[in-house]
Amino acid sequence: MPAQPSPLRPPAAPVRPSPLGEPPLVRWALIAGALLFLGLFLVVPVAVVFATALSKGLAAYWGAIRDPEALHAIGLTLKVAAIVVPLNALFGLAAAWAIARFDFRGKSLLITLIDLPFAVSPVISGLIFVLLFGSHGLLGPWLLSRGVKVIFAVPGIVLATLFVTLPFVARELIPLMESQGSEEEEAAASLGASGWQTFFRVTLPNVRWGLLYGVILCNARAMGEFGAVSVVSGHIRGATNTLPLHVEILYNEYNFTSAFAVASLLTVLALVTLVAKALVEWRAQHHDLSGER
Amino acid sequence: MATPKRSVLPGFGLTMGLTLLYLSLLVLVPLSALFLKTATLTWAEFWATVTAPRVLAACRLSFGAALVAALINGACGLLVAWVLVRYRFPGRGILDGIVDLPFALPTAVGGLALTTAYAPGGWIGRYLAPLGIEAAFTPLGVTIALTFTGLPFVVRTVQPVLQDLPPEVEEAAATLGASRWQTFVRVTLPTLLPAVLTGFTLAFARALGEYGSVVFISGNMPMKTEILPLLIMAKLEQFDYPGATALAVVMLTASFALLLAINLLQGHTSRRQREG
Amino acid sequence: MSIEVRDVVKRFGSFTALRGVSLAIPSGALVAFLGPSGSGKTTLLRIIAGLEAPDRGEVLFAGKNATDQRVQDRRVGFVFQHYALFRHMTVFENVAFGLRVRPRSERPPEAEIRRRVGELLKLVQLEGLGGRYPAQLSGGQRQRVALARALAIEPRVLLLDEPFGALDAKVRQELRRWLRRLHDELEITTVVVTHDQEEALEVADLVVVMNEGRIEQVGTPEEVYDRPVSPFVYHFLGSVNLFHGRLDRGVLRVGPLELAAPEHADAQDAPGTGYARPHDLVVERQPPEGTGLPAIVRNIHVVGPSVRLELWRRDTGEPVEAELSKDSFRELAIREGELVFVRPRNLRVFREAAPPSRAVTV
Repeated sequence: MPAQPSPLRPPAAPVRPSPLGEPPLVRWALIAGALLFLGLFLVVPVAVVFATALSKGLAAYWGAIRDPEALHAIGLTLKVAAIVVPLNALFGLAAAWAIARFDFRGKSLLITLIDLPFAVSPVISGLIFVLLFGSHGLLGPWLLSRGVKVIFAVPGIVLATLFVTLPFVARELIPLMESQGSEEEEAAASLGASGWQTFFRVTLPNVRWGLLYGVILCNARAMGEFGAVSVVSGHIRGATNTLPLHVEILYNEYNFTSAFAVASLLTVLALVTLVAKALVEWRAQHHDLSGER
Repeated sequence: MATPKRSVLPGFGLTMGLTLLYLSLLVLVPLSALFLKTATLTWAEFWATVTAPRVLAACRLSFGAALVAALINGACGLLVAWVLVRYRFPGRGILDGIVDLPFALPTAVGGLALTTAYAPGGWIGRYLAPLGIEAAFTPLGVTIALTFTGLPFVVRTVQPVLQDLPPEVEEAAATLGASRWQTFVRVTLPTLLPAVLTGFTLAFARALGEYGSVVFISGNMPMKTEILPLLIMAKLEQFDYPGATALAVVMLTASFALLLAINLLQGHTSRRQREG
Repeated sequence: MSIEVRDVVKRFGSFTALRGVSLAIPSGALVAFLGPSGSGKTTLLRIIAGLEAPDRGEVLFAGKNATDQRVQDRRVGFVFQHYALFRHMTVFENVAFGLRVRPRSERPPEAEIRRRVGELLKLVQLEGLGGRYPAQLSGGQRQRVALARALAIEPRVLLLDEPFGALDAKVRQELRRWLRRLHDELEITTVVVTHDQEEALEVADLVVVMNEGRIEQVGTPEEVYDRPVSPFVYHFLGSVNLFHGRLDRGVLRVGPLELAAPEHADAQDAPGTGYARPHDLVVERQPPEGTGLPAIVRNIHVVGPSVRLELWRRDTGEPVEAELSKDSFRELAIREGELVFVRPRNLRVFREAAPPSRAVTV
């Protein structure tokens, strides 16, 4: 159930030129069509972000980014990602070990459960935590009476982000480890390695590119999540505002240049993510796929 | 659930325990809160909530715009996958990389950028305005945003299938006298169709729940450009938790039905075409 | 219909697949292109089919230039190595495909299509399986569907690329005998590409041995097996023993042996190598002086009606393989470890140094 298309693709087979291809005119028309579509929907929006962000000059751009509220939002976003990504990476490793190395009943149900957050609307992802921890929620009043505030506070943001990004690392590692099989680990065990030694010396090096890939995607989503965080944050400026939320506030205040300046940071993050992703794909193809399989 | 086949590898108890604990705390318990909350509504209340005119209008827009967006992505995604796999041209690698942008770019930023580009004075909107086409703050705008969100799905499901398609199959059609177009329609397209359908359904499911990219471009006018997730948000802001919950249950049910459809589809095609 | 290929050259990037190949295939023949992978045999077949365009040279069908004719218009029946069946279509629709894609004016009516497909399925012994999908068939059945599909367009020539390569040994043998009978029945010019010498020798009227983009030899199975024109053909078709020696005025000297090589009467003390098949070796216990090479028996394998001896030349330490009938083996009454003498009964001498001996076994 690939709620997110699984990315690490095998290397492309060379396309054999043959007298069977389309005539050049058709070929170029198709390429032009694809370029137009991607241009209208992907390239123009990205260009708009940077053009608008810099429309009032570099000084205004810097001013918007160095605004204390923007700096606080950057800090909060980094903090949330720093908590969420390692936790979900750990979960992904544990789940992949349990699922790919052992046979048990209910395995496909478990995998479906892991995929579930991809199928849930971001707004609902936030809503379920409000229903649980909100002031009218199931556990909220009890927690509040003990001074623990989850909703409209940082813990809620962390929880919602954890939920939304939960599948990324796991669903990268499970198919990878399943395809690699457990022969190498069994060999290590037969040579006397302990469980942890096997894990750190055999398993981890074998899955490192897949793990990195999952972490990159998880991080991008953790920093960029909007809907779920929007529901639980309460938009308290300087307290529970992450970067995407800050963009929205600035935009709603008609402060377009600042909104786009902050948005440009997130766009750079997205572009860096794409480049990192391409590099990891390239490494994985030339490294893990060519040699050991 | 925990009866593993005998294995020389250790760690099943630890990793399985961790996995189940983590999933329970983050997924199972919160999701069951949703259903517990719905259970506090009577059937009549639930029905009244989900059949209110504003809700029905939002449903129509959500499903309609998501469907149109997924159809556009089905056709254009197939085109993009075809061009990326079959042709070599300068910039192909960059194009291939940029397809994933909607996965990497925060939805809010995407929405903001699309709104600005398609607004009447925007880079694209200024060419649409003379044609009498209004994109921003209309259902068309919602569709544009949802097309952006779901763009990678069809491309990324079709691409590997097209790559693995042996050239011999099309060559066989040619030796049998089929023209290029006949070969595409009768041989290539049917082979790709399951992947296109999977991508289409994923894009549709994703568009149905999408919030961030739509919220800016739609203008959020009740009865006109309000989608379901926005309506849930509006109900939350009015502290109408039961109402929000009822809508959420409707949406979740729809998403699960779609995922089930994908699984059945994939099971069906893999059974029939496992080899050959 | 006859096929002619004239001076065809084909490059893929820096790799030259065909280096000027010319060949005439008579109408109605069953021809095998035989060679190792990379020899250019499949490329030549694809160029004949029109699936690949030659960089230079011409392809003629029945004497008419077909080089620039599109593959769609050539009416060649092509059977692909991995069948290339349309997996979303039933067997029936696969076979009917070539008829259905014809222009409306030439397309037979539905009833005619049904009749023709039915006939073809009967011909390939797949009656009743028309409703199945390719994935539900065995490898041999798929191969026959591919053949029926190719025959449906009433091809002028039938081209098969490694048709039995993916099948197991028994099915393979059955299918190639059946293909031979089918060919005799239909009398259609047929080319089979194969790397399996046994297959080529058994099925074909004419064998084209290819190596490194060139044709090494064209001949009947007997010709290419019994009278190879080059060391390559010797090596590629069956096992062979090499006897290195000095060649001088029509005589090859190998140890104490003097072997006649009349075709090298002009040679003056040059290096030469004699090639002899295992069954062309005479094995004796006590030959007349100077007429045998001493060798130790290392292994004896009884393979069906014949006996294979692994010998070890005592003078050079080189391995020698001999094949005897069971009767002569019994007469000799030898055991492993004993000393015998070998001498080629029939051999062919080549002057150039032998190519690095590839492990070739029967």
